Amino acid sequence: MSEIFQSEIIISEITNLLKNDKHVAIGAASPIPGSAALLAQEERKNTNSKLQVTILHSQKFNNFTDGSRELFDASAQGRIDTFFLGGVQIDGEANINLVGTGTYPKLNKRFSGSFGSALMYFVVPKIILFREEHTPRTLVKKVDFISAPGTSPSNVFRPGGPKYLITNKALFSFNKKDKNFKIEKINPDFTLDEVIKSTGFEFKTNKNLKFFTMPSKKRIDILRDLIAPKVLNFYPQFAKKIWFN
Amino acid sequence: MVNFKQITVKDIAKEVKDNCLLGIPADYSGVPMSVTTEIIKNNTKGLRLYCLPLTTIQGDMLIGAGCVNEIETAAVTLGEYGQAPRFQDAIENSKIKIKDSTCPALHAQLQATEKSVPFMPLRGILGSDLYKNRNDWSVINNPISSKTNDEKIVILPAVQLDILIFHASKADVNGNVQIGRRRELATLAHASKKVYVTVEEIVDEDFFDCELKAAATLPSLYVDGISLSKNGAWPCGLTDYYEIDSNEMSKYAKSAKYQETFDEYMRNFISQNYYSNI
Repeated sequence: MSEIFQSEIIISEITNLLKNDKHVAIGAASPIPGSAALLAQEERKNTNSKLQVTILHSQKFNNFTDGSRELFDASAQGRIDTFFLGGVQIDGEANINLVGTGTYPKLNKRFSGSFGSALMYFVVPKIILFREEHTPRTLVKKVDFISAPGTSPSNVFRPGGPKYLITNKALFSFNKKDKNFKIEKINPDFTLDEVIKSTGFEFKTNKNLKFFTMPSKKRIDILRDLIAPKVLNFYPQFAKKIWFN
Repeated sequence: MVNFKQITVKDIAKEVKDNCLLGIPADYSGVPMSVTTEIIKNNTKGLRLYCLPLTTIQGDMLIGAGCVNEIETAAVTLGEYGQAPRFQDAIENSKIKIKDSTCPALHAQLQATEKSVPFMPLRGILGSDLYKNRNDWSVINNPISSKTNDEKIVILPAVQLDILIFHASKADVNGNVQIGRRRELATLAHASKKVYVTVEEIVDEDFFDCELKAAATLPSLYVDGISLSKNGAWPCGLTDYYEIDSNEMSKYAKSAKYQETFDEYMRNFISQNYYSNI
């Protein structure tokens, strides 16, 4: 087996988080979560717990036929178990900012916008926050703009919310009662102290802190032989960079 | 034998009046780039863009060309080609007004117009800064019996578009338009006073003769004019016809970084006359 790429380790870690799901949906610009969902689906083939995967930017893997609002309607109905969101900034209370940095509306740096986050974050039971860059400028004490809040008061309908945050350095779980993150796994290339220094907010540490798990040879073979060619169809730039260069 | 009067891309662009509320389709639902180029040539001003739910090179170009006063959107992005540079510049320097929204809200506001009701409720949004910055959105207590006491829910106003333009694969001889499963185009059309469509081809059949095709059709009753426009979505892609043009998108993303290089790109883009049947 040739060298395992960092992206493949993160794909593998995300795959582990999708264990009991029935339906995972993948939104805009999410090649790593998309690869993980297809990998999880492949590994559960021929079992009794089939995984449905909806990839919006694919023709074949987009299961919806009622236009782009169907994702949001299906999510509000509880038909989607896991969705991924990113952020220009994510803060210690899991508020996410997809709009920009500085003072709104005349921002210092404008980014694309909130997409569907202001609904999806509320209604999908397991939201996995995914941000590869793990630095004090992405993981901040307080976001400059709240596209969607991490938690809500009890008089707001909120069956869903953040469960995990994964970066290139660590995997955190989120506790909505205490409104904070706890580090569960760490990339073996970094020390805990380095992770603390590159995180703008305080977090708890699991007493039983683990390293990212190296994917098995079997898993890597499936990923490279069966999943990579599919990903090439809808995230060509990403697939070429990792697997087809 | 076509049973309707075809118009030209130029005719459609002329229907886009200064200051109108223009419906903008997402990157996956038929971006009308040939018409967009004509709008820019016409030096149309004060446009208000309503994106369902986002825009890509079309919105960025219109903004860079100075055609836009306001945008209501969930995102402006060039996708795999990065951020939308003219949009970023316009926001960072307060050149245009923005109504920051979220995808389902943009759908719901048009769905209210489809039903001709004044507003539509939507889950989520509460506690976000989107809500704080939207004077046109409100919160009510759920007026229908609720499990939780005092349950809050956001209501959004109905939005009627002045005009919608999109690009599609086919029209039939009676002016029905194939939209496939891009049903958000039907939502946009139902909520728009005028609807114009450019198509790759006009086929010698009636989509209503086949139930399968009829289900993928926007009926002509919602369509005010159709023009043939081969490659009319280029450099964006069109499902089943052509892929996005990677080279051109990369070239645009690079050129649009600065106003001067964008202007030069646009001069060249316009003078090339890429589109036929103008």
